[in-house]
Amino acid sequence: MAVDTGMNVLIVDDYATMLRIVRNLLKQIGFENVDEATDGAQALQKMRLKKYGLVISDWNMEPMTGIQLLREVRNDPELKPTPFIMVTAESKTENVVEAKKAGVSNYIVKPFNSDTLKGKIASVLGAF
Amino acid sequence: MEKIRSVNDLTRHIDEASKVENTPPRLADLGRTVGALTTAWPNNRGIYDQLKRLHDFIERTKSEIAAIRPDDVKREHLPKATDELDAIVEATAGATNRIMDAAEVFTDLSGRMTPEDADKAMNAVTSIYEACSFQDITGQRITKVVKTLKVIEARLEQMVASADLDGGVAATRLTSTKPEGDAALLNGPALPGQGHNQDDIDALLASFDN
Repeated sequence: MAVDTGMNVLIVDDYATMLRIVRNLLKQIGFENVDEATDGAQALQKMRLKKYGLVISDWNMEPMTGIQLLREVRNDPELKPTPFIMVTAESKTENVVEAKKAGVSNYIVKPFNSDTLKGKIASVLGAF
Repeated sequence: MEKIRSVNDLTRHIDEASKVENTPPRLADLGRTVGALTTAWPNNRGIYDQLKRLHDFIERTKSEIAAIRPDDVKREHLPKATDELDAIVEATAGATNRIMDAAEVFTDLSGRMTPEDADKAMNAVTSIYEACSFQDITGQRITKVVKTLKVIEARLEQMVASADLDGGVAATRLTSTKPEGDAALLNGPALPGQGHNQDDIDALLASFDN
């Protein structure tokens, strides 16, 4: 199944630079409907107001971290099916294990390149 | 002062002095206790000499700590270092945004290029975006350094209080700051050779599906 690049995508990161980078990379891949949040709590609010086909989230944010956001999403019957990719500099085994236990769809370690982002999105949503 | 009759008496006395309100012994308190003991029981040369050496050691340690001027480090040098690091984050963020502004101009211009040139331009722009993620990584590394400086600041405060260099602020027991639960998972970017690369993580994720 081909990826629907018209879907709404939510990117979550507390670094404005990173939001801009991911937004631009997504735009190059073909995604135009991209919203931003700067922490998990803000992301959760947006997710409850609008349907997103994909969430791409950092881990290390305050007050709500990416792993907390992921748990909230997976515990919410409405939001539960949303594909969730963690994009983070946290690269230890325990982080990956915890993210997997929480229900992450895929995991990208920073710094990453456009091909990695595209490949992981394809593995979660289907081929471009 | 209670007569000290044995080494056990001495140990007990120091232990009791150090357990007041469950705080660790301040060097000054310990020094005074030892001084008082040597005065109270001056005739036993063996224990007297040992206590005298201990007393001299404590006094010397206090002088050495005072010579480091920990208050200056805490009040002046550490905040300055933190400010400098914050300025680095701000400067790199500003520079990164300017680089991306320029890259976005190229993206807009690529629409007017031949398809071949537009492809080349977009590949170059993608490389610029990818490279700009350095700002996020360096920012997280600097945040780690700032946190470390704060730990050093707290330890210095403890040292000043223990050595009674600040006029008698009570020492508090050092508590473990080792994070637990989710907080233990926040380590930031790993140094080269530590943590996993993308291939390792892909393999790890795949192992869950087997």
